[in-house]
Amino acid sequence: MLKLKQTLPPLAVLGLLIAVWWLVVVKTESAIFPTPLQVVTGTLELVKDGSLWEHIGSSLMRVGAGFLLAVVVAIPLGLWMGRVEGAYITLNPIFQILRPISPIAWIPLAILWFGVGNASPIFLIFIASVFPMIVQTAAGVHTIEQRYLRAAENFGVSRYKLFTQVIIPAVLPEMIVGMRISLGVAWLVVVAAEMIALRSGLGYLIMDSRNAGNRYDLVIAGMIIIGIIGLLLDGLMRLLEGLKSVRWRYGR
Amino acid sequence: MVDKIVIKDIKKSFVSGKETLAVVGGLSLTVGEGEFVAIVGPSGCGKSTLMKIIAGFEQPDSGHVAVDGVLRKGPNANGIVISQHGSVFPWLNVQQNLMFGLNGNEHGDKAALADHYAAMVGLKGFEQNYPHELSGGMLKRVEIARALVVKPEILYMDEPFSALDALMNLRMRTELLRILEEERHTVLLITHDVEEAIHLADRIIVLSPRPASIQAVFEVPFKHPRKLSTPEAQTLKDDILRELGI
Ligand SMILES: Nc1ncnc2c1ncn2[C@@H]1O[C@H](COP(=O)(O)OP(=O)(O)OP(=O)(O)O)[C@@H](O)[C@H]1O
Ligand SMILES: [Mg+2]
Repeated sequence: MLKLKQTLPPLAVLGLLIAVWWLVVVKTESAIFPTPLQVVTGTLELVKDGSLWEHIGSSLMRVGAGFLLAVVVAIPLGLWMGRVEGAYITLNPIFQILRPISPIAWIPLAILWFGVGNASPIFLIFIASVFPMIVQTAAGVHTIEQRYLRAAENFGVSRYKLFTQVIIPAVLPEMIVGMRISLGVAWLVVVAAEMIALRSGLGYLIMDSRNAGNRYDLVIAGMIIIGIIGLLLDGLMRLLEGLKSVRWRYGR
Repeated sequence: MVDKIVIKDIKKSFVSGKETLAVVGGLSLTVGEGEFVAIVGPSGCGKSTLMKIIAGFEQPDSGHVAVDGVLRKGPNANGIVISQHGSVFPWLNVQQNLMFGLNGNEHGDKAALADHYAAMVGLKGFEQNYPHELSGGMLKRVEIARALVVKPEILYMDEPFSALDALMNLRMRTELLRILEEERHTVLLITHDVEEAIHLADRIIVLSPRPASIQAVFEVPFKHPRKLSTPEAQTLKDDILRELGI
C-alpha cells in the first residue's frame, strides 16, 4: 500500500509528461522531433540489431574500470590521510584544488596522453570519481568518535585489528556515500567523454544518431536509457547502505 | 591487602587560550588488590579526568600513578575502562564486540568464551544482535561483558549506570556484585549516586569541587547483601551528603 502511494505520483507525472510531449509534437507537426512512439520503435530497432547492448556494455565497462581504479586508489589514500596528520595537511589542499575542476575540462589532456581509445574515458572517470572518494574517506576517519578509538587502545589490539575491526567499519558508511557520489559523477562523465570520439557507448550513440541523418528518435532513446541506467546504478549503491554492518550509521 | 594502584600527588590542568583550568589538584590515593573504591564528587569537579589519568589515557602534569608497583605510562588491557558515554562498537554484533579484546586464533574458543560472558550478564540469545537493536541497559551489559572477557585485573567504571532508569540501575548493581563474587576484580567506580556507592563499595572517597582533591574518606563496613534502608546506612548516606554540601 505504502509502495503504491510512493510510486503512483511520480508515475502519474511521467505519464502526463509523455502525453504533453506527444500532443505538442503532433500539434506542431514537427518533422524532426519524434513522438514517444517513434522513440519506442527506434529503441526496438536498436534492440533487434543488438547494437543497444553493445553501447550499454561499452559504457558500463568504461565506468566500471575507471571507478574500480578510483576505489583502489582512493580508499587506502583516504584512510592514510585520515590517520596521518602530515599526509592530510600536505595532500588535502592539492585535492581541494583539483576537485572542482570538471572532468570535462580534462578531455583535451586525456586525448593528448591516452589518445582516443578506451583509456581516455577510463582516465576521465578515474579523475571524476577519485577525489570525492578520497575526501569523503578522510573526513570519515576524522569523525570516528574518540571513545571508540580509546576503547580499542584500551584492549591493546594489533594495528591490523584496529584497522579491520574499528577504523574501516567505522568509516565504511562514509566510504559508501563517497562511492555513491563518485559513481553518479562517473556516469555523467562517461557519456560526455564518449561524445568526443570512439565508436561505441551511449554517448557515441547519441552523437552518431544526430550526425548520421538526424535520427532524433535515437538521440532521445539514448538519453532515456542513460537516465534509467543511472537510476539503477544509484539503486545498486543504495543496496550497500542496507548492509547490516553499516545500518547503525544511517538510522532507520 | 596488597597495594594494587598507588596514586601519588597527581595534578592536572587544562590550558585553553590564556585561561588555565586546574582540574586535579594534588591527589593521592592507594587502592588495595580486590578492593572496590567508589569516588563521588560534584559535577564537573574532575572525576572523569582523574579516571583517565589513572587508566593511562591522560598524563598528569606532576605526580604519578603506579599499578602493581610499575609506573603507568599508557592504557593496557590489565585495566579496562567502562566509559561514561559507552563505547560498544555499533558496527559489530554482540558476540563480535565481546570477542574484540581476545587475542589468539581459535575463533571457536573465542566465540565460546564470548557467549559464556554474554550469558553471564543476561544477554543469552542476543549474541548476533547489533547494538542499535538493544536497549540502553543491555548495551551497558555488553560493555561490562566485553571488559570482563579479557579478565582484567582492574575495572574503571565512570558513571556506568547513570543513564539507566532507577529499576535497571538497581538490577545492574546486583548483577555486578554477583559477577564480582565469581571473579574478584579491583574496581574503581565513579558515581554521583551516593546510594549506589554505599551499595557497592568497600570505601567511598568524596572529592572537593574543582580542582579535585580528597575531601573525606568513608569505610563501608556493611556485609553483602546490603540493605540500604538500615539506620546505619542512612546515617552514612547523610554524612556523605553533608560532605558534598547537600
Ligand atoms: N580535554 C579537555 N580539555 C579542556 N578541558 C577539559 C578537558 N577535559 C575536561 N575538561 C574540563 O575539566 C573539568 C572537569 O571535567 P571532568 O569531565 O573530569 O568532570 P567530571 O567530574 O567527570 O564531571 P561530570 O560529573 O559532569 O561527569 C571540566 O570543567 C571540563 O570542562
Ligand atoms: Mg565525568
